[in-house]
Amino acid sequence: MSNDKKTGAQALVQALEDSGVDVMFGIPGGAILPAYDPIFDSKIRHILVRHEQGAGHAATGYAQATGRVGVCIATSGPGATNLVTPLADAQMDSVPVVAITGQVASGAIGTDAFQEADIRGITMPVTKHNFLVTDPAEIPRAVAEAFHIASTGRPGAVLVDIAKDALQMMTDYNYPQSINLAGYHPISKPTDGAIRDAARLIAESSAPVLYVGGGAIKSAAHKELLELAELTGAPVVTTLMALGAFPNSHPQHLGMPGMHGTVAAVTALQKADLLITLGARFDDRVTGKLSSFAPNAKILHADIDPAEIGKNRRADVAVVGDLKLTIAALIPAVKAEFKKSKPDLGAWWKQVNSWRERFPLAYDLPTDGTISPQFVIERIGKISGPDSIYVAGVGQHQMWASQFISYEKPRTWLNSGGLGTMGYAVPAAMGAKVGAPDTTVWAIDGDGCFQMTNQELVTCALNNIPIKVAIINNESLGMVRQWQTLFYNQRYSNTELQSKRIPDFAKLAEAMGCVGLSCDKPEDVDRVIQQAMEINDRPVVVDFSVHRDAMVWPMVAAGTSNDDIVVARSMAPIWDSQEL
Amino acid sequence: MTQQHPDSGITSRAATKVHTLSVLVENSPGVLARIASLFSRRGYNIDSLAVGPTENPLYSRMTIVIDVEAHALEQVIAQLDKLINVISITELDPVASVQRELLLVKVSTNATTRSQVLETVQLFRAKVVDVAQDAVTVEATGNSEKIEALLRVLEPYGIKELVQSGLVAMSRGLKPGLSTNTDSKG
Repeated sequence: MSNDKKTGAQALVQALEDSGVDVMFGIPGGAILPAYDPIFDSKIRHILVRHEQGAGHAATGYAQATGRVGVCIATSGPGATNLVTPLADAQMDSVPVVAITGQVASGAIGTDAFQEADIRGITMPVTKHNFLVTDPAEIPRAVAEAFHIASTGRPGAVLVDIAKDALQMMTDYNYPQSINLAGYHPISKPTDGAIRDAARLIAESSAPVLYVGGGAIKSAAHKELLELAELTGAPVVTTLMALGAFPNSHPQHLGMPGMHGTVAAVTALQKADLLITLGARFDDRVTGKLSSFAPNAKILHADIDPAEIGKNRRADVAVVGDLKLTIAALIPAVKAEFKKSKPDLGAWWKQVNSWRERFPLAYDLPTDGTISPQFVIERIGKISGPDSIYVAGVGQHQMWASQFISYEKPRTWLNSGGLGTMGYAVPAAMGAKVGAPDTTVWAIDGDGCFQMTNQELVTCALNNIPIKVAIINNESLGMVRQWQTLFYNQRYSNTELQSKRIPDFAKLAEAMGCVGLSCDKPEDVDRVIQQAMEINDRPVVVDFSVHRDAMVWPMVAAGTSNDDIVVARSMAPIWDSQEL
Repeated sequence: MTQQHPDSGITSRAATKVHTLSVLVENSPGVLARIASLFSRRGYNIDSLAVGPTENPLYSRMTIVIDVEAHALEQVIAQLDKLINVISITELDPVASVQRELLLVKVSTNATTRSQVLETVQLFRAKVVDVAQDAVTVEATGNSEKIEALLRVLEPYGIKELVQSGLVAMSRGLKPGLSTNTDSKG
């Protein structure tokens, strides 16, 4: 790259272009203003959002849909602090996101200047790394390093905070040709020894489960995963972050494990003699009470992050490396072990299948003529199909969307798994649609979530981002209400939103430049979904009035053992004595 | 001795134990905050922390003393290693390393006790760095045990003020992985 004189702001935009950025989401303001002048001329598409939180989640949605780094940009102080939630969200779910923030001029830092916030200090615990740049010559390197750190190893969120005077001063532009960080060497290739030990463990197991996490999607390991699954013949469970990494329709797939997982998936983990853990992290929502999780299982733990090994559960064999490379290396190693002896999984499958047959995912239809929320979500999945992208908020609708839509391909299911950020769906769907403009993108949202971030529908309407939003409107903060029903004697403290009266979501949608539809009869559900499917020139919002007492089942109550899974209210599975 | 990890069925060999970590970090703003933030966020207790320059101006060395059991120590090291500004981490064996603290202590004295205090100071190979009418200020360096022993002996005379550095430590002999030229992380 030739050296030439630029302002720090021009250097920033050039560095973003040189880092391969094609789109970013943001809002200008005082401290970042110098950067917005060259942005005006840049080939990078800048999408002007309505709230910085929307920019952050849009960057996350873009990254999750495409696998590329999502970019958001905001000014100092409140602009930057509004990015904290989406950065924490992206970091928890290992999503590669880079945030650029303006900072007050270097001489004013530390003086409590107007719109000053120590965003580097604030985001330290919620980012993979962050930078404060006060020298314009450092801008290209900081940007290049930010993209490198965000997208390699275990991906994550990186923030680059740039002082206003650094954006204004002149500098020589030098984009680094290579990046060499003394303290950052992510491991990608697993060791032969670890692969050998892992293969041996698999060959010794007669009751294994492939416990697949979000790492399978991050590393694009789905083809290798399918091959390993079919080679071993083991049951497969995919966590909330991994839905789509393995086809739901595959006969070896048991569904999702965890608090609202299928009985078969939860119980298979509990009864397994080996967990083949692939890019998953033994999250409390999967393990339930940790000391009673999978008590008889040996643990094979493959992850790119060495700090995940043994964090929650001790590993018998640890394989540190990129999951795609790990599984690719495991396949021949397992084949070699199977030549010596291949375990018979017949008895194990007999058990697993009995759980699957006796406790399939199901829901009751309301008897009062109202719509079942699960039915709406199931129909959207059926009508829109497995090529669409589904983006959920957080709560009951999220769990139902994880249960009743059949995910067949990676990057078709986006949600806030780790942080559990209500309000994620609309802006993340916007980002996903920008990244995948030819794909149908459905936000499956709750009426509570929708009221947190729906202003980004204005952004969608003005920027030709025709997403579809299904509001699963039960007039309440449904998941919290469900816990009040179960654990607080039906005392519904502050969970009633009364959103059938106010706001009128269809009118609100129309006011924001979208098509607003409503549906309150089960027999109209398919027709309204079809109608929404046919609108592609504008965003469309459908307000589905649903039965408010529907609950998410099965459920493992927080802090209890997975052995105590409840299939429906007061209905625990009755196990044969040998099974428990 | 075995100890059960409270919530994971993990059995670790060592009981709760003090560990000394020598952590080589980039000499850049915010590094101390990152390390402090990590310890605070993950709930690890720092017994002592000392930061200073190294022979290479690009790097600083932190000596961190923590009181954790072996399983948690592995986590501390793995989490520290994830910080981009951390170059390398070495656990220093107390036997195979030199460990020193610096103590400054102001001890009450009068005509009768002054000579006793001075005798104690000599016994511990400490030194008096300031003398006033009713007090002497003593400087001592040594490992934690020596510093504690000195304080025990001085305590009856009356300690008016005390300041103590964190522990600094260095491995004995020429140990690889400790040089600032290394990038042997991971």
